[in-house]
Amino acid sequence: MPERSRNPVVRAREKAQEVVSSNPRIRSKARQFGWPYRGREGQWSWLFHRVSGVGIILFLFAHILDTALVGWGPEAYNKVVAVYHNPWIRLLELGLVAMVMYHALNGTRIMLIDFFPKLTDHNAALFWGEMVLFVGSMIPITYIIGKPVVEAWF
Amino acid sequence: MAVQQAPPSEPRAPNPHTPMIGRQRPAGRGAEFWWWLFMRLSGLVLLVLAVGHVLIMHVLEEGVDRVDFGFVALRWNSLFWKTWDWLMLSLALVHGVNGLRVIILDYVRRPGVRAGLTWFFNILGVILFGIGTYVVVSFDCSKWPGAGC
Repeated sequence: MPERSRNPVVRAREKAQEVVSSNPRIRSKARQFGWPYRGREGQWSWLFHRVSGVGIILFLFAHILDTALVGWGPEAYNKVVAVYHNPWIRLLELGLVAMVMYHALNGTRIMLIDFFPKLTDHNAALFWGEMVLFVGSMIPITYIIGKPVVEAWF
Repeated sequence: MAVQQAPPSEPRAPNPHTPMIGRQRPAGRGAEFWWWLFMRLSGLVLLVLAVGHVLIMHVLEEGVDRVDFGFVALRWNSLFWKTWDWLMLSLALVHGVNGLRVIILDYVRRPGVRAGLTWFFNILGVILFGIGTYVVVSFDCSKWPGAGC
């Protein structure tokens, strides 16, 4: 029986490789391209960056059109912008603000590492620092955006 | 004569302690390199423009509750906010559409679907850029008597 490493990262990698070698389809892809997913801070921050980026650009497409109604005067614009004042939509607004804040903070980490390559060795610390800033900024933002919603319901 | 050749670019060392970090900088000075640089530089500017926009419009004072035609008209009466919003519109659109292109390259394997989706978002981006630019540039507060300016 092969000896298992005590390092959890190495163990996780070995587990992933077992999964790869037991599935022929993944195995052939992994042979061609290597195994790109290594878990932990690197993979998850990257995944959230993509998901938040797609969410923001899809909203931006709609947001350009609703703002364009300003050119058609108060009646048209106020009718549409009233949607944003709906308490349910304000929950989506909170999600949007969270995606923008995450994308901005995580983008800053990516730029730091790309322009100062020595920081690569401190990626995990940078990611958790980023998480502290993210949660720290989202607490007051959630309070501010959520307060009128809660007041509208109760 | 022995010509010293650069070693072929290796995949990242499989060191379990170093996670993969982001996208590797594209080699050379081709289009992908300039897109890579653009994403970072526009991101830096959007850090101020977009985060500032979100904080002003959604968080400060009463947030989005105070946003109506009069609020926007008053803002766009100033060249500063017009410039801010137009610059943010342009950079965010190009940044976002290029991000979609990179994601489509990663996940859409069939060449026709890949090209079709990429062009769909490119064209959508150009149309929205045109509409947005027209509305921001042509907006004239004095055209609307009730706007308060």
